[in-house]
Amino acid sequence: MILLVLEQTLNGLQYGVMLLLMAAGLTLVFGIMNLVNLAHGSLYMVGAYLATGFYQWTGSFLASVALALAATLVVGIVVEVVALRTLYERDHLDQVLATFGLILFFNELIAIVWGRAALYSSLPGWLSGHMQVLPGVRYPVYRALVILVGLVVAALLYLMVTRTRLGMLIRAGASNRTMVAALGVNIRLLYTVVFGVGAALAGLAGLIAGPIYAVQPGMGEQILIQVFVVIVIGGIGSIRGAVVGAVIVGMVDTLGRAFLKPVLSIVLSPSAADTAGPALASMLIYMLMAAVLAVRPQGLFPVR
Amino acid sequence: MARSPRALTLAAGVLMLALVPVAAELLDQPFYVDLFRRIMIFAIAALSLDLILGYGGMVSFGHAAYLGIGAYAVGVLTHHGIANGYLQWSLAILGSALVALAIGAVSIRTSGVYFIMITLAFTQMLYYLGISIEEYGGDDGMRLAVRSQFPGLLDLRNATAFYYLVLGILLLFLLLGQRLVDARFGMVIRAARSNEPRARAIGFSPYRYKLTAFVISGAMCGLAGALLVNQTEYLTPEFMHWTRSGEIMFMVILGGIGTLMGPVLGAAVFLLLEDVLSAWTVHWQIILGPFLVLVVLFAKKGLIGLVPDEAAPGG
Amino acid sequence: MGEPLLEVRGLTKSFGGLIATDRMDLDVTEGETHAVIGPNGAGKTTLLSQLSGDLRPDAGLIRFVGEDITHLGAPARSMRGLARSFQITSIFKDFTALDNVALAVQAHAGSSFRFWRPARRERALREPALEVLRTVGLAERSELMAANLAHGEQRQLEIAMALATRPRMLLLDEPVAGMGLDESQRMIRFLQSLKGRQTILLVEHDMDAVFALADRISVMVYGRIIASGRPEEVRVNPEVRQAYLGEDTLL
Repeated sequence: MILLVLEQTLNGLQYGVMLLLMAAGLTLVFGIMNLVNLAHGSLYMVGAYLATGFYQWTGSFLASVALALAATLVVGIVVEVVALRTLYERDHLDQVLATFGLILFFNELIAIVWGRAALYSSLPGWLSGHMQVLPGVRYPVYRALVILVGLVVAALLYLMVTRTRLGMLIRAGASNRTMVAALGVNIRLLYTVVFGVGAALAGLAGLIAGPIYAVQPGMGEQILIQVFVVIVIGGIGSIRGAVVGAVIVGMVDTLGRAFLKPVLSIVLSPSAADTAGPALASMLIYMLMAAVLAVRPQGLFPVR
Repeated sequence: MARSPRALTLAAGVLMLALVPVAAELLDQPFYVDLFRRIMIFAIAALSLDLILGYGGMVSFGHAAYLGIGAYAVGVLTHHGIANGYLQWSLAILGSALVALAIGAVSIRTSGVYFIMITLAFTQMLYYLGISIEEYGGDDGMRLAVRSQFPGLLDLRNATAFYYLVLGILLLFLLLGQRLVDARFGMVIRAARSNEPRARAIGFSPYRYKLTAFVISGAMCGLAGALLVNQTEYLTPEFMHWTRSGEIMFMVILGGIGTLMGPVLGAAVFLLLEDVLSAWTVHWQIILGPFLVLVVLFAKKGLIGLVPDEAAPGG
Repeated sequence: MGEPLLEVRGLTKSFGGLIATDRMDLDVTEGETHAVIGPNGAGKTTLLSQLSGDLRPDAGLIRFVGEDITHLGAPARSMRGLARSFQITSIFKDFTALDNVALAVQAHAGSSFRFWRPARRERALREPALEVLRTVGLAERSELMAANLAHGEQRQLEIAMALATRPRMLLLDEPVAGMGLDESQRMIRFLQSLKGRQTILLVEHDMDAVFALADRISVMVYGRIIASGRPEEVRVNPEVRQAYLGEDTLL
């Protein structure tokens, strides 16, 4: 039982990492460009498909990761330059609808190229085994690697925002865009770079997801809406909020799905627990969001 | 008023809708009764959204939730052998009003992008709830054994009778909407959309008015959901899928946000377009997506903007 | 002088490290026109926003007509007779001028949970609104969209909206800001016509306006009132001259 709890906790952490990769890009783009980008999930999907495709083509997992990351970055930049750039000055309604249109486009495009059926991508041998994380506790190597990647990315993000010139500009841009422009910084370029970073992070999340979940059209929106929950809980525009929110949501969702049914069956009849367990588990993070909002309407780490 | 281009358009539109069953009969194309009934049902949903979106400035990305609640109210009661339409539709309206009250109470406290994300998230929650309840078909959904029954009034199995009932409800809601937005209540929510700090400074507490509008809108959309499940004779959580919310919102923009006729026009054009495009290719959404982007970027006033209007104050 | 209409005690507000209002005391007596002046960044607008309920103070007490209103929001204060204008014009731009004022009347004329009768045909709302527009000199412009009014007219419209709530006290945030000479003269004359009938708390930069209107002046520097009194007293106060007037020879 303890082992199961430990394993599910790690799974929760691993899911939290993916949410974080998504949430970081989304919250940066919102915080700096004031853009609500629903199509962020599409970049996740594109990353997953490209990685799967490149792996089949090259036969090298590492090459497919590198290629997919680069390609998603390019797709993100193209989308920014072609469509989203004109949306920065528009209201949220326009942004939501236009990026909704982009989602329809991307989902259909993927369906045309790869079909609607789910793909399952495989792992190379060196990643598909289990490893000893604690004496007597074995955990899949790949998922452990995901957690590690997440921690590294979180650390890099932190360093970028607090230590680099880009991060300084990002923080300044978030609070005073005219000042940044007055300093002679090319705002357009800055925005494109930030969007590209966000896109690459989404692509990274997507390519990580490939071997764990089904790769299919519409996969981006499933996670996107959970990422919204992360951001609402954490506070929009806050990287710290995104980290905390992602871990909370990842844990609650994973542990809820694993343990709500057995826990409920202690209190309720088994058949009632069978029905209520999954239903409640799927609603858990939304109820958590409502509870957080009731106490803190601006999320846990409000910006400004 | 009576002779403005928009009033003429409205009159022509109503006349046209009223004649659809006759034309379908003459042309021997009963399919059109079905299509235009579907259009009117979505017109009601879009109209209900525009009340809070266009007039109240509340960007709800979760209006499909109420469509779903209304549909489930009918489907679930039928599943348990209660086919009485009065009861079913009352529950549809009441249930969606209550859900709107709960969602609105949390989300209206926030604003802007939070509001969008929260309404979307709660709708997704209801969608997952629908999927996970196997008793009512889970993600496959379930057939509606019989349409809602209104003994002594009318029989929904009669396609034409059902059609005119939907038309009647649509016209009623257009009238109610017209009165509501011009009444004191409507003036308050429009003022709050225009400039909320100013509305507060002159003494209005916008929250109560916005929440009330949100509930009214949800209840209207709930009735549209009850109609929709009778139309399709199939109950499915897909009614609550988040893309449905996006489509309803697009209907509002396409037709003309902040007008009453716009959503009706938008629903008609959207669904006809879907009908034509999907007959042409299964991948019709690859055309719809960019079309949507173009409409947002270049045609913000919607189709109704093509019809001149005496400068309507306080849009 | 009787009981003050508005009493402020120990009002404090800070943003991060910056103290915008520092344990401030202020009294405004019924019927007077009281001006708060001070250099840029003295915290004048922050003060006004706390009085109107748009900002929550960190500490202190605000009492209006004997009632503690410190924790009331803006709508509740409006209901009790406090009306404000904003430094940056704040009107309902996509409504007509008359609609703007009629909305202010409506907020103070019974319930707005009325869903059937067109508000634009309610004479009980339109007539008082038109009357107020007439007072501020905007009657001929009543059917124009507020967005299409000239800047000065929009400022007049703001005052009209405030007056339409029949306030016991007006809070005016730089009513002549951004106005041309003619426009500001007209506005000053109009505000003079209110003197005595209407209690006014005025935050203003324009010294001509201040000395033309104020019965009393409070000088605010770094969130504190450093002097308060009749205009001629304040004008000669050495502390004021040193802290504030060094740069402003108008006084």
